[in-house]
Amino acid sequence: MIKRLSSGPYLLWIAMFVLVPILMIFAFSLLGKSPEGGLVFSFSNFSRAFEPIYISVLVRSLKIALEATLICFLMGYPMAMILAKMNPKYRTTAVMLFVVPMWMNFLLRTYSWMTILGKNGVLNGLLSLLGLPQMTFLYSEGAVLLGMVYNFLPFMVLPIYTVLMKMDKSLIEAAEDLGGDKKTVFFKVIFPLSLPGILSGVSMVFMPAVSTFVISNLLYGGQYMLIGNLIEQQYLVVNDWNFGSAVAIILMLLILVTMAIMNRLGGSNAEQRGVNLW
Amino acid sequence: MSDKIIKGLNITKEFSGVPVVKNIDFWVKKNQFLTILGPSGCGKTTTLRMIAGFETPTTGRLFFEGKDITDLPPYMRPINTVFQKYALFPHMNIYENIAFGLRIKKISEKEISNKVAKMLALVNLEGFEKRAVNSLSGGQQQRIAIARALVNEPKVLLLDEPLGALDLKLRKEMQIELKNMQVELGITFVYVTHDQEEALTMSDKIIIMNQGEIQQIGSPIDIYNEPENAFVADFIGESNIFKGTMVRDYLVHFAGRDFVCVDKGFGDNTSIEVVIRPEDVRLVTISEGILEGVVKSVVFKGVHYEMLVTIADSDWMIHSTIMESIGKTVGIHITPDDIHIMHKEG
Repeated sequence: MIKRLSSGPYLLWIAMFVLVPILMIFAFSLLGKSPEGGLVFSFSNFSRAFEPIYISVLVRSLKIALEATLICFLMGYPMAMILAKMNPKYRTTAVMLFVVPMWMNFLLRTYSWMTILGKNGVLNGLLSLLGLPQMTFLYSEGAVLLGMVYNFLPFMVLPIYTVLMKMDKSLIEAAEDLGGDKKTVFFKVIFPLSLPGILSGVSMVFMPAVSTFVISNLLYGGQYMLIGNLIEQQYLVVNDWNFGSAVAIILMLLILVTMAIMNRLGGSNAEQRGVNLW
Repeated sequence: MSDKIIKGLNITKEFSGVPVVKNIDFWVKKNQFLTILGPSGCGKTTTLRMIAGFETPTTGRLFFEGKDITDLPPYMRPINTVFQKYALFPHMNIYENIAFGLRIKKISEKEISNKVAKMLALVNLEGFEKRAVNSLSGGQQQRIAIARALVNEPKVLLLDEPLGALDLKLRKEMQIELKNMQVELGITFVYVTHDQEEALTMSDKIIIMNQGEIQQIGSPIDIYNEPENAFVADFIGESNIFKGTMVRDYLVHFAGRDFVCVDKGFGDNTSIEVVIRPEDVRLVTISEGILEGVVKSVVFKGVHYEMLVTIADSDWMIHSTIMESIGKTVGIHITPDDIHIMHKEG
């Protein structure tokens, strides 16, 4: 009884700030304009979202988010390993260095890349100093990718670092003891056991990357670049909340499907997925 | 070549300047069940880990069948280990755990499955191939850990307090099973434990360590009956330790009188220490006793009563199946065989 009562505030919270907004977005997405200008129930927003121009935005979002996730993984795993193997004396400091940038405002950090990559930015300054022709870095897909990797890398490193740290060292010793050289030990024991951390890192990078609009706004310009921009534009510029809601629902479903696939991947050793957040 | 399969020479191990193992020499004979026994922090596990290759000695050399293996990584040593907390791979089933070492050796799948089945039979867990590690009890996991090590047919099996996490009854069963396995398979076992009873039950030879140094090496009977110093006497079973003087060969003075004993060669009028095991002391009537004392406390221990008897200012621990009441004056009898003489510390 007490258990039930004490869960009340949380249920209320979830209802007010999670359930109701989602239902509202869902409702908006199913309302279309009638010829007379009124609102009627229709699937028109969804059918519009599948027009080629919007599909290409969706595909591009997925592609860039996957690329960013892959790069974060390829960079993050070795980093996490280095951190985990570090002398404990310096380890705390090194982990701190990873976390400190996250204390700074996300927008500021992205703005600073504009001054580095911009036409008269730091990079081009260096190039002209070396007598090389100036180049366009900003407002390119590469700049957006860079922004994503830079902003989301810690979300890949930290969960992998955590599993590596928590890993029972005697398992690694046991693998060595049974005849495994460094490579075998890594691929047969360390890597499979760090899978929960990888899955969690991948989710934590992929989700914000696929839905971001700030990074692409600042580093690419105000075009319909990513699905996040599309939604933002519909709400704030075009003022078509209904279409924006439909796209938002599609994005949510997309993320849901991705998570389901991730869970399936990690399902084989679900028992010890202590670090997986999802 | 000698029958010493493992030899350690002048081995010292320091961790950031702090010596944990101090200049020890030891050897293990082929097919021997050797136990390294000592309290926690005595360096016994570190010694085992150096034999396995997980730690490199700071100084000293380690030999395996005459070859220097000091700098050989663990995976190149024909030695396998059973870990204290089993260390089974949680992402693999029982079959894959046991097959791990065989897979690395690129053995055919058919042979692997034969060997795994044979090992499971050896540890009495037939049919467990497909089970997940965490569906097994502690005792079962320990058996799998033993099977996983033995399937590689190591020349030496190292065991790091493998029974520490099991309950008393299971531990006793496993002690006998392990001993039988060792005799049956003819493999050299090096066993680390802090449990003196376990060491006495299973070992052919025991190395007793304390604070990084070897205190005594000998058979269980030697170590129990002829402890070389007060630490060994105290660590192996209960004992009464008294200061005394060796008057001359076969005559010792302690507890206020001279006793005939069986030891010699300590020199005349030398300070020594005397060890008397509680179970060797007999309670008799005052007239029959050599000494007399007053019963101070009585504790029931199941098989026997443990009594403290005050004799001439010092308390003697006595094990007896007959209970005496507190405050009663009793007679005490010991025979020359029961008196063990040790060199004095320091």
